[in-house]
Amino acid sequence: MARMKFLCDADRCIECNACVTACKNANEVPWGINRRRVVTINDGRPGERSVSMACMHCTDAPCAAVCPVDCFYTTADGVVLHSKELCIGCGYCFYACPFGAPQYPRVSNFGSRGKMDKCTYCSGGPEGADGSAAEYATYGANRMAEGKLPLCAEMCSTKSLLAGDGEIIAQIYRERVTKRGYGSGAWGWKTAYQETVDV
Amino acid sequence: MCKRLLAGVLLAATLAIGVASAQPAPTTPVSGFNPTTSASSEQKLLGTLKQIDGRITIPDRKAAVLEQPAGRDWRDFQRGTIPKLAAVAVLGMLVVLIAFYALRGRIAIEGGPSGRLIERFGAFERFVHWMTASSWVVLALTGLNVAVGRHILPGLIGEHAFAELSDIGKLAHNYLGFPFALGVLLMLFIWVRHNIPNGVDITWFRQGGGLVGRAHPSAGKFNGGQKAVFWIVVLGGGLIAASGFVLLFPFYITDIAGMQTAQMVHGVLALLMIAAMLGHIYIGTVGMEGAFEAMGNGQVDEKWARAHHDLWVAELEARKGAAE
Repeated sequence: MARMKFLCDADRCIECNACVTACKNANEVPWGINRRRVVTINDGRPGERSVSMACMHCTDAPCAAVCPVDCFYTTADGVVLHSKELCIGCGYCFYACPFGAPQYPRVSNFGSRGKMDKCTYCSGGPEGADGSAAEYATYGANRMAEGKLPLCAEMCSTKSLLAGDGEIIAQIYRERVTKRGYGSGAWGWKTAYQETVDV
Repeated sequence: MCKRLLAGVLLAATLAIGVASAQPAPTTPVSGFNPTTSASSEQKLLGTLKQIDGRITIPDRKAAVLEQPAGRDWRDFQRGTIPKLAAVAVLGMLVVLIAFYALRGRIAIEGGPSGRLIERFGAFERFVHWMTASSWVVLALTGLNVAVGRHILPGLIGEHAFAELSDIGKLAHNYLGFPFALGVLLMLFIWVRHNIPNGVDITWFRQGGGLVGRAHPSAGKFNGGQKAVFWIVVLGGGLIAASGFVLLFPFYITDIAGMQTAQMVHGVLALLMIAAMLGHIYIGTVGMEGAFEAMGNGQVDEKWARAHHDLWVAELEARKGAAE
């Protein structure tokens, strides 16, 4: 089975935020929740780079390890999902997540954050049949069940954000770096997957 | 007119200088252009900083943190240190207490109770103690559930019942922190004057507090061991409450790194305090005859008081004598 990953080629990202918009539209996420975001490093200075970031679906995911109710699981595609039925909204996954992926519908007062929401790699969730209305309402789209990749990567205007089998997208990135002669690396890969894309 | 002319000349001069200094630098040949020479590098940033921050267009400020690999260290702490410490602190202490009970048994009042009672703790003191104690018990159990519950309970009661229980437990934990913190503060005010360590305590600890051996070392209202419990509750409990409030109001007081530290302090101190409180509960109930009444109805047997708190009884009698 393929091991699904995200790779953001920061040398191509133009910070258009189309991935963010695509994600919001595909999953109908509530106001205030951002499953994906674009962060710009050294904004306005030489060497500025933008990186589109969401849940990286880590190997040995920190969120899953620290969850007090053990509500996370990894799919056969290597996608890290969680059950909103079990989630108690304690916020531990946010402390553990290296990428700030977990989102909560409510913030502040006495730690009642509501059920955590995060990128599902457009794979739906555990409750409800694949592609059902119930699944969509709770977890968003299940494009993977339809044989499609996450919409953020599919809609990326510069093909900076790559989704798919980790081996294949790493190969695509390697070829790009070889051809153009530079690359600032696969952001987050070392932290998420304990590996880098060497060229 | 003259002034205006002068201003115009000055303006023209300024512009001329501006244009001159804005002359383009010699252009670099396109072939030699390397956009990565100054490009932000993840490894370089992570090498110098603990996290990578950037700028973001959404209002959620904390989303500007692109990456904080420290989350993985925090994960290892939760997975390794916390369950191990929980096992040692809770199970280890229980084993010690059971072994102690098997060896020493219940410490009796020598020659039986006298039947004469002295008031040891007033109604307000007992109220403060039990308010703190009852919230503490729920806080400790729900806290242990967060720390290690997932390794034990889902197998026993099912994952849905466990999640439901943890949800209620989390709410209880969040709200009961307030009466606990209030209780700790009140305890500090009402008992601190009896809990200043002095030379009597050194002798008390040297004689094993009367727990080891049969001696009855002298003690005031609180003996050395009780003073230790007092300071564990006031300092340890105070720090646990403070770190708990940091976590209760996420991102109001500190950032993600600060909250990770707060949680680690909270967890480790709470586990150590659970161990200390198990000892406190033991000696106040099954471990010693006549001890529970002190916090139960506030009245202790005179013989018990003379054996364990002789200086306190003497002080009471001196005060009584002075009043008469």
